[in-house]
Amino acid sequence: MNIVGFLETQLGAFLPQPVVLTTLIVLKILCIVLPLMGAVAYLTFAERKIIGYIQVRIGPNRVGPRGWLQPIADALKLLTKEVIIPTGANRFLFLLAPILALGPALAAWAVIPFGAEMVLADINAGLLYILALTSLGVYGIIVAGWASNSKYAFLGAMRSAAQIVSYEIAMGFALVGVLIAAGSLNLGDIIEAQRGGLSIFSWFWVPLFPLFVIYFISGVAETNRAPFDVSEGESEIVAGFHVEYAGMAFALFFLAEYANMILVSGLSAVLFLGGWLSPIPGIPDGIHWLLAKIGFFLFLFLWFRATFPRYRYDQIMRLGWKVFLPITIVWIVVVAAMVVWKLPPWFAGA
Amino acid sequence: MVEQLVFYVFAGFLIFAAAMVITVRNPVHAALFLVLAFFSSAGLWLLLEAEFLAIALVLVYVGAVMVLFLFVVMMLDINIAELREGFARYLPVAAVVALVMMIAIGTVVGPQNFGLDQVPAAASHAADYSNTRELGLALYGQYIWPFEIAAVVLLVAIIAAIALTLRATRQTKAPRPERQVQVRRADRVRLVKVEAERQS
Repeated sequence: MNIVGFLETQLGAFLPQPVVLTTLIVLKILCIVLPLMGAVAYLTFAERKIIGYIQVRIGPNRVGPRGWLQPIADALKLLTKEVIIPTGANRFLFLLAPILALGPALAAWAVIPFGAEMVLADINAGLLYILALTSLGVYGIIVAGWASNSKYAFLGAMRSAAQIVSYEIAMGFALVGVLIAAGSLNLGDIIEAQRGGLSIFSWFWVPLFPLFVIYFISGVAETNRAPFDVSEGESEIVAGFHVEYAGMAFALFFLAEYANMILVSGLSAVLFLGGWLSPIPGIPDGIHWLLAKIGFFLFLFLWFRATFPRYRYDQIMRLGWKVFLPITIVWIVVVAAMVVWKLPPWFAGA
Repeated sequence: MVEQLVFYVFAGFLIFAAAMVITVRNPVHAALFLVLAFFSSAGLWLLLEAEFLAIALVLVYVGAVMVLFLFVVMMLDINIAELREGFARYLPVAAVVALVMMIAIGTVVGPQNFGLDQVPAAASHAADYSNTRELGLALYGQYIWPFEIAAVVLLVAIIAAIALTLRATRQTKAPRPERQVQVRRADRVRLVKVEAERQS
């Protein structure tokens, strides 16, 4: 972090201390948010291309070389469109809802460590902070559904609220397993706890395998992605909670969904696949490993969407409450036993 | 200085939101103002270096309880005019009750019990001090029995709530997944070779 130290001394020469700190934090936030927005834009492109190839067609290939400018064109189109507010809608809440959806999706990135020292806020309660913020995303959806004053939007919001609240419990229990295994709530410490002689096999995905699978599937359900996308369910309720939104207001929901996908992928990589740790002994750790792991999980998201048909609503509820929840509770007991008896190679030093 | 300013901002938001919860007419707006009130008090707790309690408040109340509240409030068809009926008739009784409540609360949490001179100033801790760890040690060490009793009380409440909703044997048809997954193709599909009627 030489750049930060350099900037601090340079700016500190002619600015008071609080101003320097604020400037640096704002710069760091920009360093996270701007690449994230770029990643969201090209994730939509990757989604269309990958699903296209899975379905043996080419996907977007008209705008720019091989279609590379397609997301830019989409963004421009959405920017220039009118934001329509339906009659009878609650104007303030209708416009607040997209912000409520996007805010938590961006704020959660504050505690994600990108490298040994590369983290915006190195707080002790990092994992709790993530849990709290991801549980707030549902407000954007509920408020959007209610404020739109539309039956379809309202049905989508209700479905989504019930689904997110259900899967949050399984997700929370999966995180409790990680917390027991690592003995810390700090995400940096959780990654350090996964360092070991076996490299790829000393990461938490081996001892916590059921929790790893459940965490990622719950993450797919939390982000309302296929096959859990009943809150949008085109064939049933048109587009669900955002059916009344147009232009930039719709684009914010879109951004929030894709930012949440990247967040869930990032968290899965940090909590179970050792974050920025290198999988091959002898090759140095670094942020590129984290990005590669995030890319892997994002590919899984797209693969799921191209492969699985949509779940029926009662099947979603059954999977969450009757399958995932009991498995997580049993595996927490198993993890606790492994930690207490210091099972090598993962918990020998714990 | 900055800390005091932040305190007054959060406290101001808290009082405003709490007042709006009981004065706005639309129940959905009231629930959303309650969410704002929870957020402001979580901010106040963060100022007290109680980050675990602050985050748990957001996680449990804002993330789960209020979502279910909103869920119910949005689905109900509440007639506001009906609720306001008899406002004038009950006003004297309500005013007396409100006055008694205010005096009772005032005597308990007034300055003679909770004034700044009664409570020692909160100790400031280093950055590596873990609030979560301290709370865990207190809950599972010193207060283990009250904690376990609270857990049993909650368990009884869960069982009672489920027992209340399961009044009769289930009459409706429902899919049985354990039987659905056992179905094989041979149980449902019979391939029949049909001979052509006429040679062309």
